[in-house]
Amino acid sequence: MPDAHILEVDQLTLRFGGLTALDNVSFDIKEGEILGLIGPNGAGKTTCFNAITGVYKPTSGTISFRGESLAGKKRFEITQSGIARTFQNIRLFPTMTALENVLVGADAQHSTGILSALFRLPKHRREEEAGHRRAMELLRFMGLHTKADELAANLSYGDQRRLEIARAMATNPKLICLDEPAAGFNPQEKRVLMDLIRKVRDQGFTVLLIEHDMRLVMGVTDRIVVLEFGKKIAEGTPAEIRDNPAVIAAYLGVEEEDAS
Amino acid sequence: MSKIKSALAAMPKPVKIALWVLLALLAYALPLLEPPFITTPGVDFGGVLFVVTMYMLVALGLNIVVGYAGLLDLGYVGFYAIGAYTVAILTSFHANWPLLLALPVAIVATTISGVLLGAPTLRVRGDYLAIVTLGFGEIIRLVAVNTEWLGERKGISNIARPPSIGGTEGVFEIPHLNWDSGVPLLDFNDSTKFLVFGVLDQIPYYWMGLTVVIVVLFADYLIKNSRVGRAWEATREDEDAAELMGVPTFRFKLLAFATGAFIGGLAGALYASRQNFINPDSFLLLFSILFLAAVVVGGQGNRWGVLVGAALVAYLPQRFREFDDFRVLVFGLALVVLAVLRPEGLFPPKRTVRAKQLEHELDELEEGTDSEGEEKARA
Repeated sequence: MPDAHILEVDQLTLRFGGLTALDNVSFDIKEGEILGLIGPNGAGKTTCFNAITGVYKPTSGTISFRGESLAGKKRFEITQSGIARTFQNIRLFPTMTALENVLVGADAQHSTGILSALFRLPKHRREEEAGHRRAMELLRFMGLHTKADELAANLSYGDQRRLEIARAMATNPKLICLDEPAAGFNPQEKRVLMDLIRKVRDQGFTVLLIEHDMRLVMGVTDRIVVLEFGKKIAEGTPAEIRDNPAVIAAYLGVEEEDAS
Repeated sequence: MSKIKSALAAMPKPVKIALWVLLALLAYALPLLEPPFITTPGVDFGGVLFVVTMYMLVALGLNIVVGYAGLLDLGYVGFYAIGAYTVAILTSFHANWPLLLALPVAIVATTISGVLLGAPTLRVRGDYLAIVTLGFGEIIRLVAVNTEWLGERKGISNIARPPSIGGTEGVFEIPHLNWDSGVPLLDFNDSTKFLVFGVLDQIPYYWMGLTVVIVVLFADYLIKNSRVGRAWEATREDEDAAELMGVPTFRFKLLAFATGAFIGGLAGALYASRQNFINPDSFLLLFSILFLAAVVVGGQGNRWGVLVGAALVAYLPQRFREFDDFRVLVFGLALVVLAVLRPEGLFPPKRTVRAKQLEHELDELEEGTDSEGEEKARA
């Protein structure tokens, strides 16, 4: 099924008091694609992310993941069911090592409780071993394996960003949501990151990407959804978006600026 | 310090185990050796050491709540009281159970009370939680003061002691050392009967306390190095991020509260049994503060740190009894000095040191083998 939808956002509306952050936004994500979510500052991209991952409850509209509505699910349950995310402002666990950060992610699919930990039951051993193996695999994938025992707070900025992606991937998601993963990167680092995101997709993850940098978005995504002032103004392939007048207006401004 | 540590880390496993056993034996023998300067003048040394082990136990429990899970609990003495009162009621006041039967009931009761307190209150964070728990500790005490069924202010006496082994004479006697002449001599007039839990000799209680501390320490290690310990730490560091990484933070906070209560109740029950008598004044707010001081002084989050902190908080005021009331003043001053000089406690969790060491080892392994190296280093 090439067109299987993994996530469907249907007429999603989110209001905070008088402010409408998202207004009737609908889009869907196909399995195995990289979907870009772009728009000017304050367009509602991160709000959209927060609604998908359960941080905000939608005012109206539905979000369904693999055919199941996410309404009423707790945040950790959404993660366990297969949606992982990174944060716009890095939110690692600073006093834990890189490896431990990734292990926390891997633990999302585990169920070791206090008794199996205390008595070192087979479940604890099995999950601990599988978790460590997967975590080291991901750290190596991100090029962080030599820093596995470094505290997250001591890592460089770029390494912290990569560690966040590794931690999200460790929860074994179907859909991985990256919130401006290239923020603060220089062009060279952005290119490396683009390749990395493609490799993430090639491993079988579906990727939802928020990004400011148009060149990065155009280069890596399969499809793009454009938000402005909480509304969806365009959707299509990178080439279609590039030539869409509404998008150009949103990004470059309209006539007034032409006149000046 | 770090040199000693790396030298210790480099030793073969049997040597390390032997060193640990030696250290434990020394700890057990401490009240028999009665080393000068360390023994407490005017107070029974064995009794002081027993109190030290109880503080250690409480500090280990509170460290799980405050140090690992990051939940500020100012009413920890409440759990201590529940453990003590349960044992008191079951072995003396309303029933006649033996201690070993009452002990598990006390622990279960305290754990349940931890869950009952945590379920509604753990939804609030930070300062609010501190205030709620502060109230809890006081409520438990005031209930005891005002309830006839709990002995009111008079308290409860004749609490059961642990069963002695070998009747009133014990299986054998161990002589103490006597340092009066400047050299240690075996003093056969002053000996401890193994294992008699009586009124005069407090040393068997200390041995019991120390054994429980070692068991709890080991359990703490096992739990901390697992999914549970990681979930606690992640919750402490960033609750929202943890939740979004699939950690059911509320459940784990509740678990931390229950585990802390479990250990606190155990300590309270053992304390009541040694004391033979409890009243509400044994569970003042001051003790909650002292317990917290032990954790903070030692270095929250580091199990060895909080053990040292507990030992200092329990032992120093007894050692310097000759200062009378000034000892509290000196103790307070010491805490202030410590807060200024070492705000993270005497022994903060030293993870950076370990991190650096391991990085170095990894680099060496990387040069030799290709990708299998670090896997082995991890295992």
